[in-house]
Amino acid sequence: MTTFIEKTADATTGGILATGRPRAPRRKPNRSFVHGLVTNKKALAGMALMVFFIAMALLAPLLFPGDPSRITAMSSLEPSPEHWLGTTAKGQDVLALTVHGSRSSLFVGLTVGLASTFIGILVGLASAYFGKFIDEGLSLLTNIFLLLPGLPLLVILAAFLPPGLGTVILVLVVTGWAGSARVLRSQALSIRSKDFVAAAVVSGERAGRIMFREILPNMASIVMGTLLACVIYGIGAQAGLEFLGLGDVSTVSWGNNLFWAGNEGALLTGSWWVFVPSGVCIALVAFALALINYAVDEVTNPRLRKIKTPKTPAITERSAAK
Amino acid sequence: MRFILRRLGFYLIAFWASITLNFLLPRFMPGDPVSRMFARTQDRMQPEQIEALRKLLGVDDRPIWEQYIDYLHNIVTGQMGVSISRFPTPVTEVISSQLGWTLLLGGTALVIAAVVGNLLGILAAWRRGGAIDSALPPVLVFIGSFPYFWLAMGALYLFGVVLGWFPIRHAFTDGLEPAFTWEFIGDVGAHLVLPALTIVLVSIGGWMLGMRNTMIATNSEDYITMAEAKGLRPSRIMLRYAARNAMLPSVTSFGMGLGFVVGGALLTEVVFAYPGVGYQLLNAVQGLDYPLMQGLFLTITAAVLLANFLVDILYVRLDPRVRSN
Repeated sequence: MTTFIEKTADATTGGILATGRPRAPRRKPNRSFVHGLVTNKKALAGMALMVFFIAMALLAPLLFPGDPSRITAMSSLEPSPEHWLGTTAKGQDVLALTVHGSRSSLFVGLTVGLASTFIGILVGLASAYFGKFIDEGLSLLTNIFLLLPGLPLLVILAAFLPPGLGTVILVLVVTGWAGSARVLRSQALSIRSKDFVAAAVVSGERAGRIMFREILPNMASIVMGTLLACVIYGIGAQAGLEFLGLGDVSTVSWGNNLFWAGNEGALLTGSWWVFVPSGVCIALVAFALALINYAVDEVTNPRLRKIKTPKTPAITERSAAK
Repeated sequence: MRFILRRLGFYLIAFWASITLNFLLPRFMPGDPVSRMFARTQDRMQPEQIEALRKLLGVDDRPIWEQYIDYLHNIVTGQMGVSISRFPTPVTEVISSQLGWTLLLGGTALVIAAVVGNLLGILAAWRRGGAIDSALPPVLVFIGSFPYFWLAMGALYLFGVVLGWFPIRHAFTDGLEPAFTWEFIGDVGAHLVLPALTIVLVSIGGWMLGMRNTMIATNSEDYITMAEAKGLRPSRIMLRYAARNAMLPSVTSFGMGLGFVVGGALLTEVVFAYPGVGYQLLNAVQGLDYPLMQGLFLTITAAVLLANFLVDILYVRLDPRVRSN
């Protein structure tokens, strides 16, 4: 999954570099960006899905009051009007588990996404702004974290730390920040070399102000792309960790639902309804975020936009792409 | 040459960092995992086991730097201690019996995904807006959104349990002697299909989109127009001119992709009880077998770093710009 996060981010970088709109009036690019997103089908579909899942997470206590993991029926019932998604081997209602699971999964995903993007911004900006040995050091650190295989590192860290939700978040941030740091650094580097940054340096502005008020606003769209990628990573990796039984087994989340499904042999007894809903939810959320991410790409990178006349492949289209 | 040496230095530093991380984790973690483990397993362990563990996890009273130097020395000379859950088998022996399976699974899946994905990407970029370009990416991105292990569970349920086309557990049928016979190789192949298929399905979309996006940029270069003006065959322009120059990012991601495939393989191995290092890592974690856990982590890291170094060497061969400076 992360491979393509890397690549999307790379594509975004290329897009920004190619577009480069230094002379446009200050407000306008922003508005056209939002406008582009609102009129983009991918973005709309993605946002609609996200609104659905966020509503589900917020309304969970109203829809299914009480503890979702309490035992309410016979075990391994097939989907029926009474239990829309059937029951688990323990006799819990699968729909209630799935709806409540969205809370923990979305919360962890968002927290991990925000935290790792934040670290990525700090590292990337500091790297690009200060350069020299600070850049060398930070880049080395970033590259090491990028290279260390993520999931085994996750497993090792989770095994040594005391189990709990905090551990899960911490571990995911530790393994997830490096990708965003690298992308943001390369983007910040290209902005760092622009004239207006040099002007700000000459006029004696403080380093913090230049980094956060001059450079950062100019890479807003790539920060957003990184954030989305990090949230996708967070949700997927949390599910993976919990599926291995290394999360906080007592909470209800999509990953834990799948862990229990595997543990109770839902696959072998043929109770597909136990493991399908949570997996589909994870996939739909990741897909929705990926859609928004691609839309951001398309809006900021004209080369990736759909072209109207697809029939003649060779020359016409390529000159259109230019 | 300087490039290679610099990369080699970087990988050595990265490896040193992971060794150090391994050294520090059990010693500085809150909640004291070591005593937790001792409390749980003390009565089952023999004195020499406890002694070995104390040394490995740093519960002896020597100063920390002395332990550190000892630890480094042990790793460099390949002594990773003794497995707790499979006492008294040395960790290295446990790992070497499993590494092959992961290499087989991960290698097969990675190569298939990369080759097929890149080819699809080339075709999609070449015929922009065509059938492949408009239909496949959304489908592949959607499939790629599923967690590895969930697709594995789905594949196991559908093809293994319901349809019964493929075996659902282990790397070969119990009772079959590993040997270079057609029977055994066929059996291993049949066991490989589902786990490999899962990894390929999840990762192929990334390859395709990456290649497509790079090649769209390459397609607008002047030398492509020039090649067209010369009247070269389209297939030649596509493969030898456009795709060839769009390949470099894919080569880089091949090295990176390896780390992720190892991670993906870990989850798939767990679902299919495939006897690779990932499955063993989870067993080690559940059995609180810290020496084995650390050994596995180091082995996986070393493998990923080594593969990346090989990719770097290949990169020098492919990109003349790297050679010239």
